[in-house]
Amino acid sequence: MLSKSPPVVWRSRIYRYRLIGCKCKNCGRVHYPPASACPYCSSRDLEEVELPRVGKVLSYSIVYAVDSDARERSPVILGLIDLGVTRIIAEITDANPEDIKIGSQLEAVFRRIGEDGETGVIIYGLKFRPVI
Amino acid sequence: MARRVAIVGTGHSRFGVRYDVSIPELAFEAIREAVNEAGIGFDDIELVVVGNAGGWSSEPLPAIVVNEYAGLSGKATLRVEAACSTGSAAIKTARDAIASGDADIALAIGVEKMNESPTPTVVEFIGRAGNYFWEFENFGLTFPGYYALYATSYMFQYGAREEDFCSVAVKNHYYASMNPKAHFPRKISLEDCMRSRYVAWPIKLLDSSPITDGAAAVILASEEIAYKITDSPVWIEAIGAASDTSNISKRTTFTSLEAARLAAQRAYKKSGLDSESIVKNLDLAEVHDCFTIAEIMAYEDLGFVKRGEGYKLAREGQTYIGGLIPVNLSGGLKAKGHPIGATGVSMAVDITRQLLGRVEKGRQAEIRHGRGLAHNIGGTGHYAYVTIYSLSKPRGD
Repeated sequence: MLSKSPPVVWRSRIYRYRLIGCKCKNCGRVHYPPASACPYCSSRDLEEVELPRVGKVLSYSIVYAVDSDARERSPVILGLIDLGVTRIIAEITDANPEDIKIGSQLEAVFRRIGEDGETGVIIYGLKFRPVI
Repeated sequence: MARRVAIVGTGHSRFGVRYDVSIPELAFEAIREAVNEAGIGFDDIELVVVGNAGGWSSEPLPAIVVNEYAGLSGKATLRVEAACSTGSAAIKTARDAIASGDADIALAIGVEKMNESPTPTVVEFIGRAGNYFWEFENFGLTFPGYYALYATSYMFQYGAREEDFCSVAVKNHYYASMNPKAHFPRKISLEDCMRSRYVAWPIKLLDSSPITDGAAAVILASEEIAYKITDSPVWIEAIGAASDTSNISKRTTFTSLEAARLAAQRAYKKSGLDSESIVKNLDLAEVHDCFTIAEIMAYEDLGFVKRGEGYKLAREGQTYIGGLIPVNLSGGLKAKGHPIGATGVSMAVDITRQLLGRVEKGRQAEIRHGRGLAHNIGGTGHYAYVTIYSLSKPRGD
């Protein structure tokens, strides 16, 4: 595992901890993660918006060959999740692989994402779990 | 007006786990062969473009190191990078220099030594190809994971099966078995592939290209010089290049690679070929099968078949010699190997030799149109290069 830079983790905290994307005032489309230009029409006229916390699975993968710091959690379920206004790629947690299907309803939850060894930074952020 | 550019010499190292050589030694295997084939001297080369994605290897200045070893120090040089399409980017850079009149003879060399680092480190570096910050570190998405999202989406939308993906691996291993330069020159059965372990469901180990060391080189020349060097130049008829968002989640389609589709349309337009009947103008294609799903999407993105029918080509064996269009007669990334920076140049070398009727029996395509296509993707459709090589001198601009 390559080391994680604390400043990088720190400056992304707001978007990792909260589901905030950007809405384009020109074309009306929403994207995540936020950027200073609309990826669809290149407009710079954007506003931050809170994204829906519930979405459904557009596609998914069950990843067996995972990064070293996720090995104890292998396999990891990854989802491409449709939030209606935009999509997000996130780990699916609190579920068995056989529980996940295309179209499954998921909701955002706050979780520990990983850590950089014994002394490094601990990263928190969003995962998604099946709607109970 | 841009000048026409031709390949006048090709070189290719043996692909595989090459603990026996360093980066410059590996590169030199391909460079020496290409220079000898062109029949030129090292002094005649004016520009050296080195394609190397790097990261896993220890050389931060690969162009300088490669050139010194090859006796090319002093030449104009640079290293280019476009992820797994680095090799095609190197060819385009060298082609552009000649087309513009800046050089008459240029060397494009792609080289990668991926086995210089332990496998987990290499996997992690590749996983970072995308939007490292958002989709790798944040969500642990590995490189097979990216393509797996496409594979799942494709299966769900069109009804393709894992067997269809594996049939691509069986074909590519079959042709690699006749390619002595291949990393895995041996056949596999459909059962071998289906029984292999999952890397990122639905992608299995034998759906995936290996971690390979290798080098490939081409000597490019302007029209005037090409005719002095050889009576059988292979022309770069057209190059179409495109790109897509770094975050996969910002895309709208997950059953095809938009950058590949765009690159193909641009290449077809530049060459004047009809995109509707493209297969009728090609003798073969080398496509970017880093995972088997990628080859199936390539059939559609290149317009060989309609959307959603790519898996049928694989299932029906239409991409073997004698089918609709032979694809990856080199063994492809899957079985020939995928040394990142070398792959695009390796495609150019194999297509050139195919068009000149010089490859091994059993994997030699029938050459009727004198034209082959290379489809080289960087990342998960982040970069795309489609290059058309032709025996006939291309039309002017």
